[in-house]
Formats: sequence, structure tokens, C-alpha cells
Amino acid sequence: MDKPFPAIQHPNANNRGADWYVDKLMQALVFIGGISAIIFIVGIFVFITKEGLGFITDRFDFMEFFTTEYWFPSDEDDPEFGILALIAGTASVTGLAMIVAIPFALGAAIYIGEFATGKKREYLKVLVELLAAIPSVVWGFIGLSIMNPLIIKTFDVPVGLNVLNAGVILGLMAAPIMASIAEDALKAVPDSYREAAEAMGATRWQVITRVVLPAARNGLLGAVLLGVGRGFGETMAVLMATGHSVNIPGSIFDSVRALTATIAAELGETAVGSEHYGALFTIGIFLFIITFLINLTADLIVKGIKKG
Amino acid sequence: MKSSNFIPTVLLGAAVVFSGASQARTVIQNKGSDTLVNVAQAWAEEYQKVDSDVAVAVSGGGSGTGIAAMINGTVDLANASRKMKDSEIKQAKDRGQNPVEHVVGYDALAVFLHPDNPAGTVSLEQLKSIYGRKGKAEKWSDLGIKVPGCDSDKIIVVSRQNNSGTYAYFQEAVLGKKGKYRSGTLDMHGSKDVVDLVEKTPCAIGYSGLAYATDHVKMACIEKEAGQACVNPSVATAVDRSYPIARPLFMYTNGEPQGAIKDYLDWIMSDTGQCIIVNKGYAPAKTVSCE
Repeated sequence: MDKPFPAIQHPNANNRGADWYVDKLMQALVFIGGISAIIFIVGIFVFITKEGLGFITDRFDFMEFFTTEYWFPSDEDDPEFGILALIAGTASVTGLAMIVAIPFALGAAIYIGEFATGKKREYLKVLVELLAAIPSVVWGFIGLSIMNPLIIKTFDVPVGLNVLNAGVILGLMAAPIMASIAEDALKAVPDSYREAAEAMGATRWQVITRVVLPAARNGLLGAVLLGVGRGFGETMAVLMATGHSVNIPGSIFDSVRALTATIAAELGETAVGSEHYGALFTIGIFLFIITFLINLTADLIVKGIKKG
Repeated sequence: MKSSNFIPTVLLGAAVVFSGASQARTVIQNKGSDTLVNVAQAWAEEYQKVDSDVAVAVSGGGSGTGIAAMINGTVDLANASRKMKDSEIKQAKDRGQNPVEHVVGYDALAVFLHPDNPAGTVSLEQLKSIYGRKGKAEKWSDLGIKVPGCDSDKIIVVSRQNNSGTYAYFQEAVLGKKGKYRSGTLDMHGSKDVVDLVEKTPCAIGYSGLAYATDHVKMACIEKEAGQACVNPSVATAVDRSYPIARPLFMYTNGEPQGAIKDYLDWIMSDTGQCIIVNKGYAPAKTVSCE
């Protein structure tokens, strides 16, 4: 470390040493901060794989795991580890949630991005973000105590904790995030496009449907995919609103059980290292891979707009 | 996440603070069965008067939780409403624990129906056809019952999460040693949730410990064999073993109990301790007379 900067003699030669160290330290801190996400992701993946590995090597049977509907992991004589019904539960709830969320999210994004101006626009943006900040357990509570009796009364079904309940709740949860991203995608469309369309005599509606939405297509698709990722990963609200029943749904009034909810409900009560414990972590690996792929696809699609 | 774990811990924490104990206290960690959690809490509170130097920290979470904690060596006393499985005892021994079983009482499992359900008696055979994997009963009319307010006629089968002791005992007693539950049951996360759901759902049937019964649900009278006289769930019928789905309640210790834990268990088995479990709606492990 002799003479790091020999060429020029700075008048504040004494301070330079301290500045240099601060500079290096901050560089290192920012670098660690920057790559921390990668470290955590790899760390989490290694951890869940390690916990699930015993089950995967000793007991795991691909066909049983993914194609049978019997999830009875705690049976003493003949435990069964089929997650088909759980996948169907998660998929049906997420699917319905998207049907609910897409019109809301798109409508909100178009209104905020294209129509609202000034204060109104700012208030709306803040409110949408506020909606996204409601804790999921509160949504679950709404599903349990408000939606449940409402569904029973309205549709005359025996139980209101079902695909419909969880789908609506999850749709409302996902909509604000999707609206936020969709609005960004609309904003990314250059104003010159709109001006050109208007100059050609297009109405407001024609500008939006023929020019802005097609131009923002990729960003909007990305928003929907992130919503799907949110739906797959959501736990507390679906645990409370689905009825928690291992069941391949035949209608939206059937109770189901989600992959995430199964882990949440059972992990705390299984002995560490048991088959059941390993099986739950294997579900975790599966969920991790699915949400990773969904988010990656969404990201690639969103990136695609910037290139094109 | 579960309030059943959290509240007793907070209460105990408060109790410790308010008693202002200055000398070192022995703390017994007691965890497990939700069926036993109210009794365990009552024992812990009452035992304060007997020996103020011993604090018992009680939490629930289910028999599976208690047994898992015993296997992992993090509790002194594990409450369970089912026996430890052979595989669990083996796991515990592999980890250097030596679970010893103590029966502290008995519990009748009541079968709950909506008050509008006209069925008064249910046979074990019928329960098996409702809950079992190959069971034929999916509609109330399959059992020859018409339930007012249940237009869909579908039986809403309410069960418990799969590591609950109640779940495991009901499986053994009703479905048989090799019997399996059907898919599509609503798996509730606590005995109270079962009763709450049955209370609101005319089509439902559920099971839970007798102590969780309320005035808003109906308890079925159980026929051991179809056509035999049925037996109502009660402390008395659990004690004389005439009720067919009554189960022992266990506390597990790591090795033969010693010191403070032994004193506590001995006190639980004393007349005072056993009268507390009777007052909570369970049957005692031995004959006692309580006022």
C-alpha cells in the first residue's frame, strides 16, 4: 500500500486517504447490496432443496406425486403423497382471480394513464398503491366473515368457502399490483403515437384500442403474468377462503386447497426430517420453480418492449 | 400465526411479570394437543398455587406439534390426544429422546350435526360410509335423511387437518386400522372451527372433543352396531367405556419423569388435578368424586 496515488500531490493530501477508504467501503457495501438478491435466491433454493432431498431420493415417485389426487401424508401404514388436487386447487383459484382482476386492473390502468389528470390522477395512484398494501390476512378475514355468508345466501350453496370466494379475494388482491405495472406499460408508449393517431382523426377510444393498447401489449402481458405469480404464491388469504379441502373442483362452488396453504397448515406440526416434512419441502421446490418461471417469462416479455 | 399458541404464552408471560418472582423459577415447557390445551392451561394456573416456584408454559397447536417438539427435544411435556406412532418413537430414539407415555384422562369424540338435522342417531357403519375412502354416502338421502335447509342434499364432511390427534383417533376408531379418509373433506384447523362451521351449515357433519360442544349444534347418539341401543357422548359414558369413540389423552415425558416434572404429573393425577379435567368436560383417568 505504499503510495497509492503517486502522480499528483493534492493540497489536502491528509484527507485523501480517508476519502479513498470511504469510497472503497461504500463501493463494497453497494456491491453487496446489489448482489444480495442473488445470494438470497440461491441460498433459499439450496435450503429448500436440501430439506426436500431426503424425500425426493427415498420416497418420491414422480407419477404418484403429480398425477394422483390423494394427499394423506400422515397416514401411519400407507401415507399417500399426491398433489394433483392441490395443483388443481391453486390453478382454479388463480385462474378465476385473473378473470376477476384483468378487467379491473386494465380499466384502472387505462383510466389513470389516459384519462385522469392532475389531482384526481395523483389521488387515484396513491389509493391503488394503498389497496396493494392491505395485508393478506385481512383479505382472508373478509373472505371468511363477509364473502362466506354472502355466497351462501346469494347462490344457495351449502358452503361459501370455495373457489369463487378465494378467486374473488385473490383477484382483488392482485388487481392493484397489475394496475400499477399496466399503467407503467401504457406510460411507456410515446406520446407521438397518440398525437399521430389524433391527427389522423381518431377518437379517444380509437386511440386507446387501436394504438396505445397494441403498442403496450407486452407490458400488459407482463402485468398479467406477475398477477399469476402473485396468485400462485399467495398463502394466508387462500388458506382462509378456500375451505381447505383436498378436492379437484367440478364447479366454482367446490371447496379446494392450495399448494401454499398446505405447506402453511402442516409444516409447523410435522417432525423435522420426517417423510411428511420432506414432502412439504418438495411442494415448496415445485412452487419455487413455477413462480420463478412465471416471473422470468414476465420479465423477458417486459424487457422485450424496450428492445422492440 | 395461531392465536391458540400465542394467547396462553402471553397470559403466562403476564403472570410471571405480575407475580414479581425474584428467585429462579423452574419453567416446564408444555405443548401439543388442542383438545387438551384448555385443561393444560387450567392445570398450569392452578399449580401456581401449589408450587409458585414452578411455572408451566402451555401452548397448543395440535398433537402433531407436541409430538414433533418431543422428537426434536424442545419440550418437557408433550400433550397428545393420540398415541405416538411407532415411527415417531423410533425418530425420537434416533435423536436421543425417550418418550414415556402417561394417560391423564379420557375424551369422548362427539359427532356434531346442524340443529335442523332430523337425524338423532348415527351408526359407526354410517360414519364410515360418510368419511371413508370407499364410502357410499355422499348425499343425506343416501342415509334416508332429509335435512331442512340443505337443498343440495350433499353431505358437507368436516374433518381436521391431517396431523391432529383427533383426526388420527377418529380414523382408527371409525374407519378401522387400514381405513382411509375420503378426499374432499373440509379440513379445519381446530376443534372450535369444526363446531363453528357445523353450526352455520345445515348440510354438515363434523367431529370434535365433547368439551367443544355448544348449544348451537346437535350431538348425535352413536350406535356401535346398526339396530343396537345408541349411546350419547358424555363424561359418564366415556368413563364406563360404553361410548364407542372415546380416547385416552396422553402426556409424554422424555424418560421417566423426575424432579419438578414428576411433582407436576403426580399432582395432575391427584384428586385435585383430576377434578380439574372433569370440570373441563373430559373424563378422568381414575375414579374421583368432585363436587
